[in-house]
Amino acid sequence: MATGPDPAKTARGNLPPLSLHVPEPNFRPGDPVDYSFLDIPPAGLLPRPDETCAATETTPLCSGMVRVLGDDHRAVGPWDPKLDPETLRRMLRAMALTRAFDDRMYRGQRQGKTSFYMKCTGEEATSVASTFALAADDMVFPSYRQQGILIARGYPLTEMINQIYSNKADKLKGRQLPIMYSCRDYNFFTISGNLATQYPQAVGWAMASAIKGDSRIATAWVGEGSSAEGDFHAAMTFAAVYNAPVVMNVVNNQWAISSFSGFAGAERSTFANRAVGYGIAGIRVDGNDALAVYAATRWAANRARANGGPTLIEHFTYRAEGHSTSDDPSAYRSAHEREEWPLGDPIMRLKRHLIELGEWSLEQQETMDAELVDLVKAATKEAEKNGILGHGLHHPFHTMFEDVYKELPWHLEEQAEQAIRERQIKWPEWKPE
Amino acid sequence: MTEAATTTRRLNMIEAINEALHVMMERDPNVVVFGEDVGYFGGVFRATAGLQKQFGKHRVFDTPINECGIIGAAVGMGAYGLRPVPEIQFADYIYPGLDQLISEAARLRYRSAGEFIAPITVRSPFGGGIFGGQTHSQSPEALFTHVAGLKTVIPCTPYDAKGLLISAIEDDDPVIFFEPKRIYNGPFSGYYDKPVEPWAKHEGSEVPEGYYTVPLGKARIVQEGDAISVIAYGTMIHVAQAVCREKGIDAEIIDLRTLVPLDIETVEKSVKKTGKCLIIHEATRTGGFGGELSALVQERCFYHLEAPIERVTGFDTPYPHSLEWAYFPGPVRIGEAVDRLMKA
Repeated sequence: MATGPDPAKTARGNLPPLSLHVPEPNFRPGDPVDYSFLDIPPAGLLPRPDETCAATETTPLCSGMVRVLGDDHRAVGPWDPKLDPETLRRMLRAMALTRAFDDRMYRGQRQGKTSFYMKCTGEEATSVASTFALAADDMVFPSYRQQGILIARGYPLTEMINQIYSNKADKLKGRQLPIMYSCRDYNFFTISGNLATQYPQAVGWAMASAIKGDSRIATAWVGEGSSAEGDFHAAMTFAAVYNAPVVMNVVNNQWAISSFSGFAGAERSTFANRAVGYGIAGIRVDGNDALAVYAATRWAANRARANGGPTLIEHFTYRAEGHSTSDDPSAYRSAHEREEWPLGDPIMRLKRHLIELGEWSLEQQETMDAELVDLVKAATKEAEKNGILGHGLHHPFHTMFEDVYKELPWHLEEQAEQAIRERQIKWPEWKPE
Repeated sequence: MTEAATTTRRLNMIEAINEALHVMMERDPNVVVFGEDVGYFGGVFRATAGLQKQFGKHRVFDTPINECGIIGAAVGMGAYGLRPVPEIQFADYIYPGLDQLISEAARLRYRSAGEFIAPITVRSPFGGGIFGGQTHSQSPEALFTHVAGLKTVIPCTPYDAKGLLISAIEDDDPVIFFEPKRIYNGPFSGYYDKPVEPWAKHEGSEVPEGYYTVPLGKARIVQEGDAISVIAYGTMIHVAQAVCREKGIDAEIIDLRTLVPLDIETVEKSVKKTGKCLIIHEATRTGGFGGELSALVQERCFYHLEAPIERVTGFDTPYPHSLEWAYFPGPVRIGEAVDRLMKA
């Protein structure tokens, strides 16, 4: 006879039937917004352990939130990076330039100059301030909303726009969707467009740097939504196993297109808490506080460079605009969320801090903003000389078939001939370049 | 062979692969080897034996059981400037790494206009005939030949395995290097009920010492003939040879060696000469690489064909365990196709 429990006698008692939990955000279009449920500690509260500490010492930092700028716009606590005013002004400028650039490119897309654009409004500190905390030759593996990194590293705006317009000066030969930059000279890895694939790659790069006894570290970026991808967990495992010199950023901007962070697990845990299970250091940081972002990144970069291993940083922030120019967030979330966001706006907060220090003024800000608008306008004009998307053929036709392999195999050569023939049939006066 | 090497020895395919890895690790300090069990232990098939001892743990190491991580890390290492040679323990386990291969490694050069490349060689044992069941027997090469930007290489002798692997490692494009595990230790005639032959009796086991290359994209005419053209690769070359020998057919047998880029010239020339074409692979039939070969032959040789193109493959089922020889495209299935062609 069979052993084991008798299925007929297995007790279900009076338990109700099972019920599937499907997360639901707190607010939908039209709803009033009240963020009082968010646990936001005051600035300066959390301790700053030594960069060489055991990973477990960072556990409280994973569920808390590192904040430096208080409601009075002063920097407080052990995480205050004590940056000089000139650095703060440069950081403010890079953040404001990022926003001015976004505004202009968004309008350009609406005017039909390109197919697609993605703004990072409200998230400027996460990329700009962290870039200030890295060395220029540290390798960045970005996701798609880190234009602030390129701007902070001084990449020419005209080159960015050439790529966005897929025009004849686009270094990527019109092959990539707008904003999927690749800038090797600026240590900025080619943006995939597939999500989270860059995470294990960053770890691999960092492992290579350690294999070679280099001093450079890698950083990776992912949104909270795509932290659900297997690649994220592959990367965390590899980073932990090899103690790789990598800083892994999760930008928790609350929304993955129309899916709120609950669909990536935010109802159960913070994203920084993922670090605890992997036994690596983790920090949850106020992503709208440029000083806190700088301080957390600096801590993690110092730790990585000292062979202390990886750190996971969750940037707690808010995606103030739509996912992209193809998205209308009013269809799925309350417009009041942005207004009520309790961590404010990163540019406003840094501006007020500088004013509070007596190192900046509203007039200076106005002058700078006007200057940045002109700067972007000039770069746009310069780029438009090279064409905009869809107006004229911008790249030699044959380039479509190049770089699939280092050398062109016979089947691609045949297909290139076919494509050229088709074009000549359609436009008999056209001559291949 | 591009560089003269004088001394040869008789090696089996595993030893030849192991030697290729030794040669390349010695020649290029950027070559790194990693994968599940490849380090101290030297790999479940021993392909990486001795590497860690000679080149150290920084260049030869074990990995977590995570193919996405293995390939993803390799892409990052390639971007740094290394030349990674990851091993996927069985081709059946490569699927968790597919996104990193298809969306990343294969397109890195294209999407970055040459700023970043993926000079990666993914080694992986594939194919059946070892009672591996459905998870240790698959031949997924057609998944990779379908991807623009990947090269797919499959050796059928120890000599080719070493020379092709060296070429693959030196290649700046990502290469899928599938090793037919059934013939690691000896060529296989397809008669599973006959004693196993060792490599030592096969001329393809004469392997030169040191560095030499077998170029990618060049097929090899295994034997010349006028009656039919047999197009195959890997294990099936040996089975085809045995069948044609047994039947006394004057077949021209072509080992493709590289599926992408394909040596279409050699195929075309042969089929135009014989007028009859037999394509063999162990992989499942529908959507297999044989379909592509058949289309190419039809497009280029139609007016020379004297009979319909024959395609002999595995069946469209998962690889069965107890009935693996019923699945395997062995001498009976190949023999039938050869007879049809000869009668036509």
